[in-house]
Amino acid sequence: MTDVASLWSYLATSPLIWLTTTILAYLVADGVARQLGNPPWANPVLLSVLLIAPVLWLTQTDYTAYFEGAQFIHFLLGPATVALALPLWDNRDTIRTSVAPIVLALLAGSIVAAGSAILLARAFGLPMEVLLSLAPKSTTAPVALGISEAIGGIPALTAVLVIMTGIIGAVTVTPLMNLLRITDWRARGFAAGVAAHGIGTARAFQVNPVAGAYAGIAMALNALLTSLIVPLLVRWLV
Amino acid sequence: MLHTLGLLLGCQLLGEVTARGFGLPMPGPVLGLALLVLILSAMPTLAERLRPTTTVILANLSFLFVPAGVGVIGNFEVLSEDGIALLAILTLSTVLSMLAAVGTFIGVRHATERWAP
Repeated sequence: MTDVASLWSYLATSPLIWLTTTILAYLVADGVARQLGNPPWANPVLLSVLLIAPVLWLTQTDYTAYFEGAQFIHFLLGPATVALALPLWDNRDTIRTSVAPIVLALLAGSIVAAGSAILLARAFGLPMEVLLSLAPKSTTAPVALGISEAIGGIPALTAVLVIMTGIIGAVTVTPLMNLLRITDWRARGFAAGVAAHGIGTARAFQVNPVAGAYAGIAMALNALLTSLIVPLLVRWLV
Repeated sequence: MLHTLGLLLGCQLLGEVTARGFGLPMPGPVLGLALLVLILSAMPTLAERLRPTTTVILANLSFLFVPAGVGVIGNFEVLSEDGIALLAILTLSTVLSMLAAVGTFIGVRHATERWAP
């Protein structure tokens, strides 16, 4: 019989254990969220992270080792983004009639997302490279990292800020929209996608399919717009 | 399922090649999304064949963000002493952005509906 140490050294070098842990943590997190009726604070991404973090800490596993296994899940974000084409296609008729709201809400949401981050960072007196890392936080991670690098930010910090933004948006969107009595699922979903990219979109799909479709459109369009406007806003506001 | 996965990955691959080849400021998967919409408009019957798999993927979209979410915990030290300020800024800025987007969307929708013939 092999001893525990050699069993662990096998498991620690194989993607199996962290892949399994991630799936189990998500099943528990999503199960709990569903049981509670998907309240906004019980965000499945946040709950899963809170379940996995102590396991990594107890086993003294660093993130690089964890990601060896978890990368297979992370990779699927690419095809999942392409899959957003289907809800977009399903809603093509209503999208065609709301081109003006879509374009103008995209401009407003995107400019306020980056502009307010820059101005607030200045008001808080944050260092320049932190301010520049913060500016592209509302767009999808690969775009945000590229912008951060191009304007002189710290990509590793941007990666953390993008994910935090997504979780904050996913948690706040429902209470905010209910408070404002907004009942238009297109507008609610669009706001979540513009401000909180894919994690906001995932929340929108959890609530309503039309909201999900509009969040997907907003996220895709904002990936393009943010890369164009952030360098301009940095020039004007910094 | 494999057909759908193959098509999704193929669109992403073409998107990546186009984005990198032309130095476009868009990620490959977003171009892949646009490409798949074009393919669907040419072959509308394809939608029903893709639907079972894409529904499963999009219903579990949150799951795909868990590894990146764990990365936040793993890289918490990059926030250094600015952590509280950054959390405040992110919350305020995200709420402001959602307010701007939803206000504009509803305002413009009302305006265009009023002026439409």
